[in-house]
Amino acid sequence: MEKTTSKKDLKAFRKETREWLDANCPASMREPIAGPEDVYWGGRNSEFKTPDFKIWFEKMHEKRWIAPHWEKKYGGGGLDRMEYKILTEEMTKLGCRKPLFSFGLSMLGPALLKFANEEQKIKYLNDIVDAKIRWGQGYSEPGAGSDLANVQTKAEDKGDHYLVNGQKVWTSYGEKADMIFCLVRTDTEVPKHHGISFLLIDMATEGASTRPIKLISGKSPFCETFYDNVKVPKENLIGTPGQGWDIAKYLLTHERQMIGGIGETHVPTPVSDVAKKYLEVKDGMLTDNFLRSEIAKFEMDEAIFDMTIERVIDEAKAGNNSGALSSFFKYYGTELNKRRYELFVACQGLDGLAWEGEQFKNGAIAKQFCRTKGNSIEGGTSEIQLNIISKRILGLPSR
Amino acid sequence: MALILTEEEQLLKSSVSELFKSKAPIAALRKLRDNKDPLGYSKSLWKEMANMGLAGLTIPEAYGGMGFSYVGLGQVMEACGRTLVASPLVSTTLLSATAIQLGGNENQKSKYLPNISDGSMIVAIAIDEGRHHHPDNCNTTITDGKITGEKTMVLDGHIADKIIVSVKNSVGDIQLVVVDAKSDGVAVEKIEMMDSRNLANIRFPNVVVENILDSYSGSYNLLENVLDIGRIGLAAEMLGGIQEAFSRTIAYLKERTQFGVPIGSFQALQHRAADMFGEIELCKSVVMKALKAIDENSQDLPKMSSLAKAKLGETYKRVSNEGIQMFGGIGMTDDEEIGFFLKRARVVQHTLGDTNYHLDRLAKMKSY
Repeated sequence: MEKTTSKKDLKAFRKETREWLDANCPASMREPIAGPEDVYWGGRNSEFKTPDFKIWFEKMHEKRWIAPHWEKKYGGGGLDRMEYKILTEEMTKLGCRKPLFSFGLSMLGPALLKFANEEQKIKYLNDIVDAKIRWGQGYSEPGAGSDLANVQTKAEDKGDHYLVNGQKVWTSYGEKADMIFCLVRTDTEVPKHHGISFLLIDMATEGASTRPIKLISGKSPFCETFYDNVKVPKENLIGTPGQGWDIAKYLLTHERQMIGGIGETHVPTPVSDVAKKYLEVKDGMLTDNFLRSEIAKFEMDEAIFDMTIERVIDEAKAGNNSGALSSFFKYYGTELNKRRYELFVACQGLDGLAWEGEQFKNGAIAKQFCRTKGNSIEGGTSEIQLNIISKRILGLPSR
Repeated sequence: MALILTEEEQLLKSSVSELFKSKAPIAALRKLRDNKDPLGYSKSLWKEMANMGLAGLTIPEAYGGMGFSYVGLGQVMEACGRTLVASPLVSTTLLSATAIQLGGNENQKSKYLPNISDGSMIVAIAIDEGRHHHPDNCNTTITDGKITGEKTMVLDGHIADKIIVSVKNSVGDIQLVVVDAKSDGVAVEKIEMMDSRNLANIRFPNVVVENILDSYSGSYNLLENVLDIGRIGLAAEMLGGIQEAFSRTIAYLKERTQFGVPIGSFQALQHRAADMFGEIELCKSVVMKALKAIDENSQDLPKMSSLAKAKLGETYKRVSNEGIQMFGGIGMTDDEEIGFFLKRARVVQHTLGDTNYHLDRLAKMKSY
């Protein structure tokens, strides 16, 4: 049974929460994050970038607010839904950063809560909260991108362990991951969706290795990972053999919500402000008429997309759950972000395309522009999302 | 306010949908068109709508109306959009009653609003003077209580009992005045439009004015305030048309077979349909948000109105075009009803400002 807190207690909780956050969150931890290097990820080899990162993590950890809504036996704070919402709201109001960024918290954790056994939950969830393990995701393979169920990485049952052979690709920060949650094929005799299992692999095991992938943005946030006769203990299997696809699907819905989520608290500069700064304005109007209308269209869609999030949340609160809409949000949100960066570049001209140099923020716009092209590929391509909308929402027939 | 309907609004929506499905299907519009009906709407339907309280839906109960929310009127507009109901609802209730409520004094409200509520008075509003919406371009003048000028694209101008006219006074301000349609000199020229509704061009050669609506106390100006509410109402109508045209198209994709399979199994069509689905989700949100903005008397009304009219115009154009294309040859025939949505989409797009007009307005609001 989920506990619920009375309205009066919630009011007190909000007040205490705000006061505690205000007293304990260091000023530098209220600044917007500059990017993936500017957060604390935890893990075996983790370092705190500045002492404030350490203070903030330790304060929140002591308060049990790393995973505020998980049960206490799993390292959580045991907050109910309303308390958790209040905490999130107060953190947003004060601009407090999340003390720990972790795929364990955002992706693996929810899957473990739903599919793992008690022993696994106690062990892994506590490790996530204590930032002992940095997790990576091992889903995609060279031959399994959009066709994710075409997993070829093999895990053979050897009695007391699985013997894993194969390759994964697009593992976020894979070279920094201590452990990886993987989709592996444990059965080749059944239809492809049914022979997949969900396995936790320690990257320190002999035979496991990684290689970074350099992207068009010049950065390497992803890795290839290789498994050459890697022995994985049987107790690292989550759920039952063959249940991997269900777990993966569950986890993917969390990933879809997370994409672009690192910038969750970061409100992008309005495109029209950038335009006014870099382009000629006459009588209060941009002289480039074509760009002006493109910007106006973009800002219209951006504003209305935000209203749509608001409406769907309101409808969900009123009991109309439209779960299939996550594909629409993923599709539209990522396409919108690509349009945004096209316009940033268009407004800034060659300045926006500079790759290095202090005066150009070391090519931040150009690099981010390149990176956005991946938004509509990762986590299920735009085309896959359109397939899902056609079939699950519109009910159009398959061939 | 949450972006959902109240129970009352929900109930209104379903009862008017039922009414229009049985009494005003597209076949009814086709009949008005084919019979070259001089009125262009069904008097008995309007009477029935008035009896249900629709003619005076947003008019306060003190003036015989229902005192309902604009969100409610939006649901009625949406239902009208689904079956393309031809009635004086836009001209009389959405635009003119709103103008009188916002700008009229006690006497003026008592004179007009009860007659609008019971369906006995049709009021048109004449605000444009060219082939494009441009309410600032006002060359109609008023001197000594008489107006002179020429107005275009007056919705229901040929059947109106009263006409609200925008005029420029001696100091250059735009005012709204009420003219009796039977006054000496008023010359009405009816124009049949592609969507089988009627507009009129009206000349006012030194025509005597019945009333000046000069009691506006809102935060911007009366004309723009009325137009913004009208635009949002039209956007709600467009939302109905868009959803209806889209669901008919999806149904057709499932039913029509070629090469031995339903054409809806082709990915080329599926992706276009799925993409339209997303645009329609956006349309629902902006219409709801804009309708709420009217009821909340929001400072953002001009912005909401332009967002809604711009987005709905763009989407109706796309969905009506795709409707024809996906229906194929059958979509080109007059027998098939999908073409009626294409025709309405274009006329309503150009009523009270098309997408480009409103995008330009939005950009100007943000000074770019």
